Amino acid sequence: MGGRFRDYEHVLRVAAIFVLAFLGFMAVRAWLVPEDFGVYGFFRAGALDDNRAHPIVHAGRAACVECHADVVEARRGSRHEPIGCEACHGPLARHASAEDDTKPRRPDARATCVKCHETKAGKPAGYPQVSAAEHAPEGPCTACHQAHSPRIS
Amino acid sequence: MQQERRAFLMVAGRLIALSGAASLAWDAVVAGAPETAPNYRLTDHWWAMIVDIEKCIGCGNCVRACKAENDVPREPGCFRTWVERYQIDPEDFEHPKVDSPDGAYEGFPEIAGPTERLKIFFVPKLCNHCAHSPCVQVCPVGATFESPDGVVLVDKARCLGCRYCVQACPYGCRFIDPRSHTADKCSLCYHRITRDLTTACCETCPTGARQLADLKNPADPIHEFLRTHKVNVLKPQMATGAKLYYNGLDGAVR
Repeated sequence: MGGRFRDYEHVLRVAAIFVLAFLGFMAVRAWLVPEDFGVYGFFRAGALDDNRAHPIVHAGRAACVECHADVVEARRGSRHEPIGCEACHGPLARHASAEDDTKPRRPDARATCVKCHETKAGKPAGYPQVSAAEHAPEGPCTACHQAHSPRIS
Repeated sequence: MQQERRAFLMVAGRLIALSGAASLAWDAVVAGAPETAPNYRLTDHWWAMIVDIEKCIGCGNCVRACKAENDVPREPGCFRTWVERYQIDPEDFEHPKVDSPDGAYEGFPEIAGPTERLKIFFVPKLCNHCAHSPCVQVCPVGATFESPDGVVLVDKARCLGCRYCVQACPYGCRFIDPRSHTADKCSLCYHRITRDLTTACCETCPTGARQLADLKNPADPIHEFLRTHKVNVLKPQMATGAKLYYNGLDGAVR
């Protein structure tokens, strides 16, 4: 046997190892990297849809207005008009989409008001605030104020 | 003869250049359209937020709404948004006293002691949705990213929970969800803003201290707001491209 043939046999072996390693790398890569990875950048494009799939919990005021026209009227021109309904009434997407017929509970007519309107250092000047203990020691704020239109004229 | 060769080269050159461009476009076509949402186009938006510190009353409505909307666990350190109260001695403004009891979930207690000589204000905090975010740069698996419409999001299916991003965020806006052991943060209510709703925090803020804004919408009031107010972002020296614009931001806030 000639020495010439043995020489190039070992080159073939090394080449075969390289080819196998490359194919192995490609196989592992195809298995690990999701198909939609890199469509927009270094991330999975489907992750955008995953984030969008989260359920909506707050319906948004546009949904409330569809049924509660009387409250829209009561709030018209009042200082509370710009406030979203769910700021006081809590998250109500399930109520708005009629997924269940449970009525939303009425907000506490003292604790809810005090959360924003209790006098506290650091609130912006001009923001309406009272010391609830001095202003009205007990009872609901709604005894005097209408929550949807709070000014007493 | 000379003319013919020039004409041939022109045509051949155009063909080669165009086929390159076409093959690039073809990649995008074959990849399919993940924009399955009707009427929402990723390329039409560039989301941001305005926070008006001079309007914040520290009621904590945003914190409660965020927890409810995004199913954020009621555990220490788990906040997608929170409110901080700064108490600054005007003669020692480099050492502000900052508190945020339970992230202001129940608002703030009254400050014990005299407050007349202090400068006190509330600062709502959340993800700054940086255009060049450090948290995105450090993620080894591409589980956190800047979306084409300018929101920094987490891919919970891919996140390993290695916590690199938690350490990289200069604003402390990330935490590890104790249930899934993956990174979590403000998603700017991506499920809402892509459906013509505002974020849960903006929806429930009673004073309008927070405003969702779309910088690509020429009719958005943010353009007027940025022009007429002295706004700043947090840690501008870090060049993160933060898109959370604060009005009335005191130099002591970090």
